[in-house]
Amino acid sequence: MSKHKITVTVNGQPRQAEVPARLLLVHFIRETLGLTGTHIGCDTTSCGACTVLLNGRAVKSCTILAVQANGGEITTVEGLAQNGKLHPIQEGFHMEHGLQCGFCTPGMMLSAIALLKQNPNPTEDDIRWGLSGNLCRCTGYVNIVKAVQYAAEKLRAER
Amino acid sequence: MIPPEFDYVAPTTLQEAIAVLEQKPDAKILAGGHSLIPLLKFRLASVNTLVDINRIDGLSYIREEGGWLKIGAMTREADLEHDPLIGQKYPLLADAARMIADPLVRNMATVGGNLAHADPANDHPAVMLAYGAVIVAAGPNGLREIPITQFFTDLFTTALAPNEILSEIRIPAHKAGNGGCYQKLERKVGDYATAAVAVQIHIGANGVCDTAGIGLTNVGPMPIKAVAAEQALVGSKLDDGAIKRAAQLAADAAQPQSDYRGTEEYKRALVKTLTVRALRKALERASN
Repeated sequence: MSKHKITVTVNGQPRQAEVPARLLLVHFIRETLGLTGTHIGCDTTSCGACTVLLNGRAVKSCTILAVQANGGEITTVEGLAQNGKLHPIQEGFHMEHGLQCGFCTPGMMLSAIALLKQNPNPTEDDIRWGLSGNLCRCTGYVNIVKAVQYAAEKLRAER
Repeated sequence: MIPPEFDYVAPTTLQEAIAVLEQKPDAKILAGGHSLIPLLKFRLASVNTLVDINRIDGLSYIREEGGWLKIGAMTREADLEHDPLIGQKYPLLADAARMIADPLVRNMATVGGNLAHADPANDHPAVMLAYGAVIVAAGPNGLREIPITQFFTDLFTTALAPNEILSEIRIPAHKAGNGGCYQKLERKVGDYATAAVAVQIHIGANGVCDTAGIGLTNVGPMPIKAVAAEQALVGSKLDDGAIKRAAQLAADAAQPQSDYRGTEEYKRALVKTLTVRALRKALERASN
């Protein structure tokens, strides 16, 4: 099995490692880098708990090889707060009670950030459509939608 | 779940990738990876070498040229979904792109991969059958064109040779009077179709249908072209009777099996209903 030296920028920091070809990106993030905010849920490309941003796009890191990310930029939930200040999407989940157990939350937030970048003023339908690759088993999604609306408003005000 | 061990190469040109395929006939191409990586994780597939074609420039594009809509094999489903040209002129493709898997998967999954994987549950095969698309394969001796009707040869099997790479998909360019629609029933976002129907028609100046393509998703061991239904539409004005007759013929062409998504009888009835809906919508779009 081939091994590969990769360099990836994770939350703004360049990280280097030698990885076996079959290492999944989610295991690289959690085990090699120790960033356990990215969760493994279904492990079958269904639930979206492992969602990260890869070169600005929201993707399921359980279905990408670490070596595929070589040279890329990754954002995980650990990279959202800046200087101790929560990102507007984190603030939205906090203020609108957008989580109960919290397992899906990192993935939800990263999908929401990608959605709001593409569509800063989404309707409720747009939000539900945009988050349709992320499953939540607690909330019934109502407060998650509110959290994204909160963040959308805050991000528009910051512009 | 951990995939089995394999070697990995990431060539930067098609020629290099083809050279690897020539040396290693058991190699497998990695495009978006959202069918292949799950298969490897489930240990339903194993491979000695993965040839990652994501680092080859120039395989992702959507453009009209010489009477064709040309789509690069590595074009992501999300790019199709958000492309203004597709949105305006290729509604069948736009419908399908929105219904494939979920938004996160669509950021990785590719049009070429969806076709080359040749899963009868995938959506693009039926869409391309309805459009009458042409598949372009790159091999050691250059490019080869394969009509879509000759592309799917068996379950998960295509006419691509082991040393060929699907490089482009060509769809006849939109002209006035064209209309299309994809109707898919899925149990939830991200599931494969219980059944789906792709329709592409052309209505002439006299209001008569002169071209019709109908493809069926996930109702047989291969994607199905409903030829008798297509023939019944040509020369008709697509009134209610003609639409219902064609829908029955499409249902007759389906070869569904009973499973956890529904019984054989249910799926056949579904094909009929979805064909009626797709034809009505395609006709409305052709008239606009």
